[in-house]
Amino acid sequence: MAETAPSWPNELYDLLRRNGVTQFSYVPDAGHRVLIDRSLADPGAQSVALTTEEEGVALCAGADLGGARAVLLMQSSGVGNCINMLSLMKGGRFPFLTLVSMRGDFGEGNPWQFPMGQAVDAVLAAMGVICLRVERPEEVTPTVTAALTMAFQSGNAVAVLLTQKLIGAKPF
Amino acid sequence: MATEGKHGMAGAVAPGFILDRREAVPALIGRHEDFLIIAGLAGTAREIAHLTRDGGHAYTMAGAMGGAAAMGLGLALARPDRRVLVVTGDGELLMNVGTLATIAVLNPPNLSIICVDNGHYGETGYQKSHTSLGVDLEKMAQGAGIARTRTVAKESEIADGARLLREGNGTSFVLLRVKPTDPPSHKRSLDPALERLRFRQALLGKP
Repeated sequence: MAETAPSWPNELYDLLRRNGVTQFSYVPDAGHRVLIDRSLADPGAQSVALTTEEEGVALCAGADLGGARAVLLMQSSGVGNCINMLSLMKGGRFPFLTLVSMRGDFGEGNPWQFPMGQAVDAVLAAMGVICLRVERPEEVTPTVTAALTMAFQSGNAVAVLLTQKLIGAKPF
Repeated sequence: MATEGKHGMAGAVAPGFILDRREAVPALIGRHEDFLIIAGLAGTAREIAHLTRDGGHAYTMAGAMGGAAAMGLGLALARPDRRVLVVTGDGELLMNVGTLATIAVLNPPNLSIICVDNGHYGETGYQKSHTSLGVDLEKMAQGAGIARTRTVAKESEIADGARLLREGNGTSFVLLRVKPTDPPSHKRSLDPALERLRFRQALLGKP
């Protein structure tokens, strides 16, 4: 990790804030470190540390009822923790945006991460969440811009998968 | 209720499940129009639909078990100008009891939680819940760090609990112990999308 930090995480945070996202919820994760730290330091945002990712799904629904925009930041392992709560988004047609930092994917060295990591697309698709994958830094802004429109303008549930090609595989 | 059971914890059962929810819940809430209300599935959803006449200021669930308190948190953070009330049952809260910790560290002053604790899973046939077997959800709320908590188990305690819910100095939590009898029923919308639009229309003036 000697090279300079990539610029896309900060650009991503600014993009979300420019698009009216005020609630950032997460179970702490290295892949979302910049977004989490920026939300903690931002007086205009609410930074919500969750005990399990499904709380974040319900939190997003509550934010929408109040006219606010929320985003759920989670690791791929957290997707499985959300399954039944996603009933709320699908049945209620709530706008829902989640950014998923992938594990159990390209170059993963921890075998425990594979079962859930490899099931992320199928699980999200089964619960009616549209998945968009990002593999290159220059794709982050256009993909999340598209996801913001699909979620908050068209009322869909959308997951942006930040793949290990983008964020790198954690060394073990 | 009989307290003998195969769990062998009968001696730890609190004796206080005596209030009638049909009287105690409305008395504790008071003027329901003062709140934006999220009701957890089953019993509490039905009694909130009954109390509010299925009003647009209440979102009553019939699924997504374990989500009511977190949903109330999202709403409370979105609308600091309004008082938000989560009304849910012991079984629903136990499913995601960690949400008490999530709420406590933020401590939104406009959020209040009522847990209507009848010690049973009423919707599925009145099987005992953990709170019949010694688990104390008020202590769990305290342990999570919610500073303003009460257990209301008799009529003389309702007024104090009602005051706490409206104080606004921090998140409050009231455990309302009631006997395991059915809540009132009311014809309500079971379409979560219709309910969303109705709630937003009432609050925001737009779907």
